[in-house]
Amino acid sequence: MGEVIVITSGKGGVGKTTTTANIGTGLALLGKNVAIVDADIGLRNLDVVMGLENRIVYDLVDVAEGNCRLKQALIRDKRYPTLHLLPAAQTRDKNAVSPEQMKVLCEELKQEFDFVLIDCPAGIEQGFKNAVAGADRAIVVTTPEVSAVRDADRIIGLLYAEGLTAPKLIVNRIRQHMVKKGDMMNIDDIVDILAIDLIGIVPDDEYIVVSTNRGEPAVASADSQAGKAYQNIVQRLMGAEVPFLNLDEPQNFWGRMKKIFAR
Amino acid sequence: MLDLFRKLFGDKSASSKEVAKERLRLVLVHDRVNVTPEHMEALRNDLIRVISSYLEINEEEMEISLEKNDSSVALVANIPVNKVKRGEPQARVRC
Repeated sequence: MGEVIVITSGKGGVGKTTTTANIGTGLALLGKNVAIVDADIGLRNLDVVMGLENRIVYDLVDVAEGNCRLKQALIRDKRYPTLHLLPAAQTRDKNAVSPEQMKVLCEELKQEFDFVLIDCPAGIEQGFKNAVAGADRAIVVTTPEVSAVRDADRIIGLLYAEGLTAPKLIVNRIRQHMVKKGDMMNIDDIVDILAIDLIGIVPDDEYIVVSTNRGEPAVASADSQAGKAYQNIVQRLMGAEVPFLNLDEPQNFWGRMKKIFAR
Repeated sequence: MLDLFRKLFGDKSASSKEVAKERLRLVLVHDRVNVTPEHMEALRNDLIRVISSYLEINEEEMEISLEKNDSSVALVANIPVNKVKRGEPQARVRC
C-alpha cells in the first residue's frame, strides 16, 4: 500500500507543477511505482511539463464519472517505465469532481502505486479541497517572497484543519547572491516564520526553463543544480538523511577558478 | 554603487529582507488572529483556571477578544473580579 502526497502552495506560479513532475520522476528513477495526478481541472499543465501532452485519451474527470477505468486514463511514461500520469480535464471546471470522489480515486491508486503525488491547483477553494481530500501527507512549496510566504502560511493552517498536521516545506527559487546581499529572505527566515519542517531548498536555475521547454524534468539531469536539489528531496521523502545543498559553492568553471585564486 | 556605500557605512536598516520579514511578521499576526471559536474557548478556559487560583471571578460576565490595529494585535480581557483571595477588597481588573 502506497501513500498519497499532495503538493500545494496557495499562491500560483511558485513551482508546484515543476516540483510534482521532478519528485515524481525522481522517485521513478529509483524504481518506485509512481502516479502523478494533475488536480488542476480546467488548467491542465502537468502533462506539458512532463512532455506527455500528446498521449492523453481520458482524464481524471472521466475516471471520477466512470466513463473509463482508471487503467485506461493513466499514461505510462516510456522514458521512466514506473512513472504514470493521470491528467486533469481541460474543458471542465473544479466542481466536476467532489472530495469524496477524490478520496475513492486516491484509495484505488494507493493499491497500485508506492507513491501517488497530487499536483494541487492554486487557491483555497474547491480545487484545493479536492486535491487534499485523499492525501496522507502534504508538501508546501513557497518562494522567498512576502506574497508566497503569506499564502503558504494560510495553506498550512488549512492543511491542519484537514488533518494534515505535519506538512513539509520546499523553498523554491532561492537566489543565493541576493540572499548574501540581504535582499532576499534566507531559508532560516522562512522556516522561522512558517514553523514547519524543511524538506528541500531549490535554487533558482535557468535549466528549469530549458527542461520545461523540452518536457524533460530536471531531476534526470546530472548537471542541473535544481535537479540535484530535487534528487535530494526524493531521498528525504524516502526517509534518508541528506544534507542540504551548499548554495554558496561556486558551480560553474569561472566560479571555481575564482575560488581557487581567492585562496 | 549604492551597495558599496551601504557596506562602507555598515547600514543594515536598508536591507530589504529585513523589511520583508517585518512586514510578513505583522501581516501573519493579523492573518492568524482569525482563530477558531474552539481555540478562543480553550484559551478562555485556561485563563479562568489560572486566574481562579488568585481571584474569584465572575465567569459569566468575563469577556476576552483579540483586537487588531495597524501595527499590533492585543488580547483584551475584561474579567470582573468578585473577590480577591485572602480577603482583599473587590476590584475590577482590566488587563
